[in-house]
Amino acid sequence: MLTYLAKRLLEMIPTLFGITLISFLIIHLAPGKPTDALSEMNPKMTPEARERLEKLYNLDKPIIVQYGLWLKRIVKFDFGESFSMDRRPVMQKIWDTRQPLLDRRLFITFMLNLMAMVIILMIAIPLGISSATHQNTLYDKITTTAVFLGFATPPFWLALLLMMLFGVYLEWLPISGLKSMGYDSLAMGSKILDRARHLILPMFIAAFGGLAADSRYMRSSMLEVIRQDYVTVARAKGLPEKKVIYRHAFRNALLPLITLMGLSVPGLIGGSVIFEQIFSIPGMGQLFFNGVMARDYPLIMAILTIGAFLTLLGNLLADIGYMLADPRIRTER
Amino acid sequence: MKRGAVVSALCVLILMAAGCRQQTTGNAAGGKDGDGEPAYGDAIIEGTIGEPSNLIPMLASDSASHNISGLIFNGLVKYDTDLSITGDLAESWDISKDGLVITFHLRKGVKWTDGTEFTADDVMFGYRTIIDEKTPSAYKEDFLQVKKADAPDRYTFRVTYEKPFAPALTSWGSLVVLPKHLLEGKDITKSDMARNPVGLGPYKLSKWASGQELILESNKDYFEGRPYIDHYLYRVIPDPATMFLELKTGGIDMMGLTPIQYTKQTDTGFFRNNYRKYRYPAFQYTHLAFNQKHPWFSDKRVRQAIAYGIDKDEIVDVVLFGLGTPATGPYVPNTWPYNPNVKKYDYNPGKAKQLLKEAGWQDTDGDGILDKDGRSFRFTVLTNAGNALRKNTATIIQWRLEKIGIKVEIRPLEWSTFINQFIDKKRFEAVLLGWSIGLDADQYDIWHSSKTKEKELNFISYSNPEVDELLERGRRTFDIGKRKKAYYRIQEILAEEVPYIFLYVPDATPIVHARIRGIKPAPIGISYNLPKWYVPKSLQRHAMVP
Repeated sequence: MLTYLAKRLLEMIPTLFGITLISFLIIHLAPGKPTDALSEMNPKMTPEARERLEKLYNLDKPIIVQYGLWLKRIVKFDFGESFSMDRRPVMQKIWDTRQPLLDRRLFITFMLNLMAMVIILMIAIPLGISSATHQNTLYDKITTTAVFLGFATPPFWLALLLMMLFGVYLEWLPISGLKSMGYDSLAMGSKILDRARHLILPMFIAAFGGLAADSRYMRSSMLEVIRQDYVTVARAKGLPEKKVIYRHAFRNALLPLITLMGLSVPGLIGGSVIFEQIFSIPGMGQLFFNGVMARDYPLIMAILTIGAFLTLLGNLLADIGYMLADPRIRTER
Repeated sequence: MKRGAVVSALCVLILMAAGCRQQTTGNAAGGKDGDGEPAYGDAIIEGTIGEPSNLIPMLASDSASHNISGLIFNGLVKYDTDLSITGDLAESWDISKDGLVITFHLRKGVKWTDGTEFTADDVMFGYRTIIDEKTPSAYKEDFLQVKKADAPDRYTFRVTYEKPFAPALTSWGSLVVLPKHLLEGKDITKSDMARNPVGLGPYKLSKWASGQELILESNKDYFEGRPYIDHYLYRVIPDPATMFLELKTGGIDMMGLTPIQYTKQTDTGFFRNNYRKYRYPAFQYTHLAFNQKHPWFSDKRVRQAIAYGIDKDEIVDVVLFGLGTPATGPYVPNTWPYNPNVKKYDYNPGKAKQLLKEAGWQDTDGDGILDKDGRSFRFTVLTNAGNALRKNTATIIQWRLEKIGIKVEIRPLEWSTFINQFIDKKRFEAVLLGWSIGLDADQYDIWHSSKTKEKELNFISYSNPEVDELLERGRRTFDIGKRKKAYYRIQEILAEEVPYIFLYVPDATPIVHARIRGIKPAPIGISYNLPKWYVPKSLQRHAMVP
């Protein structure tokens, strides 16, 4: 088991290396340069000034040399300085230690997506099980239609409609942002309440769109499991149906969800560009989007690298989770 | 003198227009108007799509950064409401007879918000910083023209130029006013100033929550008097639709409206009662530019014909909902360089066809498209993707030109691709683009024949020796009469030769909550006198405890 883990961890290194190299090449292939924002279509910019600027960012060097320079820094865990006009260290943008934990971009996105994931699982699992046990009934058909409707609805459109309803007409909920004006002067309890109120709409949007996949997975894996012999045995023993489903079938049906969870780890970091944009949530998705638009290479690379690392880690965790959950896989290794 | 008259006439016009609107919205804040006396307090919240990046003016090139740093820093000179130049931190200035030496006499007793006095050394320091090779500033060129700069005493700053350079005076705005005592010996690009500036303007930054908001607090010791409104909040709301909803719920007090929001969506009782809308020409224009090296478009008659084939009024009415003015040249109507008496191209398809015929374009094969030497008249208009106004404009042009037998394709492109692959390489037939116009009249970089290299702005390769000479003349004198003459003539030539078809100057259309008073629209906009805006005591809404 330990040697297997060590092997897997070592295997991650070349993969990660490959991913960063490809990402680096691809983002440099896109037309445009980080210096464009300063120099493009700007009458006050002479060719000499533009060259100076490009030199400053090492953009005049061959791309492979630039990658080497980046790699040299990265092995020391230094993601460098952003190429945008503020030239702050990239890590400070992602994880600003001068801000309270609750206001750091990575934390915001991580928490939002984690919460969304928990909500999705809490709804999707019972939904999936109940549609499986009521297969082909009217209930099954209605839930299927409902979750696919959620999957098919464009989130930005639904978000705007909900903002109109709850924010403008009913005035129950705030429209955007993470906290109200004057938040700092609130008491602790009101602060929590204020943040919670701001999260209701974004959470609903995130969960509504994500229900389809997880509940369908759950449904089909449950359907598969209840046809197994041991379920028939359990039923034959005269166990009550509840016990058959929730004690025996349920645990086995959960297995495929482990993979699904492993795959959703990068999403916890990358976040959802769309809902962060619509609800003005200062998270990683927004940062990444702006970074790409400005061709801010160090920032893009930092987020991609962290994302790649977490994807690999997620896969590893899913495999480990499988091994822990399923003895058959454990012995095969 | 004449210019003064023109400008004040314009002010009156705009004030009247605003006045009418204010009348319809006058009962706005109900009967509480009685105690409309200026009072200290309250906060104003503005919505912004982009977040500022760097609050050191010389290092930023985005408008969000300049909006905020403009409230924190002042310059030596600034534009007055009528676009003439007036003193700011400089009480007065002298220009030597030959136009080579400018001497600024600075105000005494102005303090940085940390209590240190502002002196000529700070300007000197700012100047040295901006010309420093290691400072990545987009604005250095104007300062590299300076031959010598010195500060003879604490309150005098003097610069000497190689050649007289008219845009020089206005370059001494807020770009070079930096607190030397805080920055000397430090690397400005790594300085804390970028996010935590110490300035001397009407407001100072008190909090910056990344991706959320910037909170500015009034500078009680501001040299022109304490601003009435205590706090100014700049809320980052990246999505325009969300921003409009925030306006509806009072989450923000001020934003720029799109034409459809201005004319339709805010045309309700709620908005009439709670908000006031303003409207004035923005400093930009949209145009259709032809590649002058293209064999078809190198013929002046063809360009003129296309100009006759496009109905500018229709574009303004349909695309901008009337919120704009048809353009006749590269200047905003009613500003001093603008020449109202140039050749105009009113919609005239007959004349267009006739000109095309003279140039050899005729429909010989009867397919409805003109042809010449066996090639039909088809060309592609490139524009940047994501700009609905430009896309709609292009579509109308496409439809109109089809009527005179020209087939137009429209190709929207992502901005970087557009600039790098097409504009810079001069691989285009025609482009639909817009220019923001600087407040100074100098447009050397756009029209001079020496500016046609890759990455330079005369990408259509326009070349006219007389224009070259006039551009040179216009920037080499401070005499406004002489400058005006040069720029008037340039506009006549451009109107005759049609290197661009100047389509429209859009209006800026901000909306501000009605409780905020003291807004006086002028050709320069509304926010120039923000420190003088106020909310009467009884209408104050936000009591902020920062």
